[in-house]
Amino acid sequence: MAMLELKNVHAHYGKIHALKDISITVNKGEIVTLIGGNGAGKSTTLKTISGTLRPSAGQIFLNGEDLGKYPAHEIVTLGIVQVPEGRRVFGQLTVMENLDLGAFTSKDKKRDAATVEKIFHMFPRLAERSKQLAGTLSGGEQQMLAMGRALMADPKILLLDEPSMGLAPVLVDSVFATIKTLHAQGVTILLVEQNARMALKTASRGYVIQTGKVILEDDAKKLLENEMVKKAYMGD
Amino acid sequence: MTKTQSLWNHGVKIGAIGGVSVLTISLIGMVQMFGKRFIVADFLPMGVAIALILTILTAYLAAKKTSIPDKSIQLANSVISGLMTAGVLSMLVIIGRSIKLRTVFVEASPQLYNILTGGIQGAGGIIFLLGVGLLCGVFAGILILLNDLWRKLIVNALATVFVLGLLQELIMPILKAWDLGVTNYIAELFYAMNGLTPMGAILAMIIFSIIYLSWYANREKIKKGYGDLPKETQKKTKYLGLLILAIILIVLPQVLGLFLSEVLTIVGLYVLLGLGLNIVVGYAGLLDLGYVAFFAIGSYVVALLTSPQIFDFGLNFWQALPIAVICGVLAGVILGIPVLKMRGDYLAIATLGFGEIIRILVLSDFLKPWLGGAQGIGSIPNPNFFGFHMVKPQHIYYLLLAGCILVVFISLRLKNSRLGRAWMAMREDEDVAQAMGINLVATKLLAFATGAGFSALSGAIFASKIGSVYPHSFNVFISINVVAIVIIGGMGSLPGVVIGAAVLMGLPELLREFAEYRMFVYGVALVVMMLLRPEGLLPEQRHKMALHDEPETEAKTAA
Repeated sequence: MAMLELKNVHAHYGKIHALKDISITVNKGEIVTLIGGNGAGKSTTLKTISGTLRPSAGQIFLNGEDLGKYPAHEIVTLGIVQVPEGRRVFGQLTVMENLDLGAFTSKDKKRDAATVEKIFHMFPRLAERSKQLAGTLSGGEQQMLAMGRALMADPKILLLDEPSMGLAPVLVDSVFATIKTLHAQGVTILLVEQNARMALKTASRGYVIQTGKVILEDDAKKLLENEMVKKAYMGD
Repeated sequence: MTKTQSLWNHGVKIGAIGGVSVLTISLIGMVQMFGKRFIVADFLPMGVAIALILTILTAYLAAKKTSIPDKSIQLANSVISGLMTAGVLSMLVIIGRSIKLRTVFVEASPQLYNILTGGIQGAGGIIFLLGVGLLCGVFAGILILLNDLWRKLIVNALATVFVLGLLQELIMPILKAWDLGVTNYIAELFYAMNGLTPMGAILAMIIFSIIYLSWYANREKIKKGYGDLPKETQKKTKYLGLLILAIILIVLPQVLGLFLSEVLTIVGLYVLLGLGLNIVVGYAGLLDLGYVAFFAIGSYVVALLTSPQIFDFGLNFWQALPIAVICGVLAGVILGIPVLKMRGDYLAIATLGFGEIIRILVLSDFLKPWLGGAQGIGSIPNPNFFGFHMVKPQHIYYLLLAGCILVVFISLRLKNSRLGRAWMAMREDEDVAQAMGINLVATKLLAFATGAGFSALSGAIFASKIGSVYPHSFNVFISINVVAIVIIGGMGSLPGVVIGAAVLMGLPELLREFAEYRMFVYGVALVVMMLLRPEGLLPEQRHKMALHDEPETEAKTAA
């Protein structure tokens, strides 16, 4: 059953037509990936989902409910949580404060404490540095923190915007391992990536977007074999 | 060849900077103006003291920046720097005594040259000047070579003498006013009519050194002793400290007398303003340069409601006060709505405009029938506290103290609240804060409204203290003063705001010659702060961590 559904979404930045008739479906329990080059409209798609950019036409549904009526800051309470591109942790705040802010909308303190435990178990490095300022963490640790912060909001669907960007290869592997762990715990994931090979190996289905349009959609395995995808996005 | 050049590079370059600095304060008349105020009576005028401090400071920096950790080279560099500074000034004296510079630099007078050369004419004066430069260099060099304890001891002892001498006009009358045998004796021992006595200066240094050394020798023991105390006792000590602070704050205006209480009320008004702006700038990260607008609104609301001059509503101060604060809050929201989408520089400019709009509206002929135009509104009654008329500055002081305590309490509570955390997140990254579920519109408007309410409170007290309000009391310099207080005190830090207000508003009132150079000194202070202590005088803990911990944490993450 479709959990998240974008139906014929268009979006504009002023006069620039950034998304042209995008339709994407994410089913419950899936990892779906969105791949494409720079400026294809990947991040813009995520922005329209999280409500910071409003579609100029088309609709977005979560479990059949139109998101158009919710202001941006309420969308997170519905269970759509984003890990932004470039991590964007609160650099001047401590690791713990970052996690607390992730649970800003939550009213259940007990569950929050349990979630912190879970996150510290998953990323022991964060537990060691819980009192350190987030800005002093390394890139990989900041990515862990950004994911941990998103998990604090108890996501039903997690939107990951280029989690591997700017990380050393060994860290990229651990990021993708984390994505698989989260998926195994029942979180639905929409993954936006430039690293198409890793993304398609992790995901069950994929969409390829180019200049604001979906040009291809298929099972991830088939996309991995697709000549065009290989040529354009995997450098083969 | 290039090697030796680079060795002396810092001495020459930084010395030249020192020279130009002293030259600047000489030519704008600071050395002369402060020449009439003595640190040590008839011996060391404050103007000369400032010039010496600058020379020593630059020489110290020259030695410190020397890349080769060789003591003789460091010493040589500081001497070169001192001589360089004196050299630049010698050039001024030589040129000034042969050509008339006064057509361009009004302050380049024979008196200035006499101050610089110790009153000696001809070549002897130049030698004297260079000799002083040399001594400054040697002194700075010795400071570098000494270990931490002795360096701190000497610098702090000299600073104590400087401050005691500077505040002679403040301390001596207080001691005399008590008119006890002991205080009279102390006053006469330490102070002449125009500064410390030489004896007093030496005594002050000795007393300071004894206290400092005995603390230093026992500091581990004291700290450990305090740490070993049971939590209960520690808590009690803390409360005792607070109690003593409270008693000092309550007794202060009685001890200080009329003039100093007046200074305290000015500081108090700015503490209130600073605490309000601290919410907007320090907590929420919204740079508001039109903050005076809310101060003006608070003042005018109280003026209109309590003064019989225009409408004669006949309200008293206490009835008008909440209305003034509510009007301030509403104005904060009204300003907030159009600038919701603005950030950083754009927000600063828009708010700057808002401040001016309010001032010009109040000044305008169009609104004159309601707001009094340039003549303002007069005969505002003093606050009346259960039949007691608060006329004297001492009385207003207590009103302000109550206001400050209230605002500090609210600020502290807000900081640790959900709203406080939302402000922090917004200050860091608006987009992400929104993605975390923070309602940016509400959070921003609440910051503007809270800050504006505090500012209006300050304005209301200001109006009833002065008894009349005029548009020109609400110019942009008030906003600039408050921003400077918050930045120099330490953004987001409450004690910082108090210290900032005391230093930036209190000192200029005490040193009246200073008034002319107020903006110059603010500018220099801001630049120096940004270079040496960007987190402010009494920073919020996290800023200090962020600005000074980098090398250490880099090492950690590398490991």
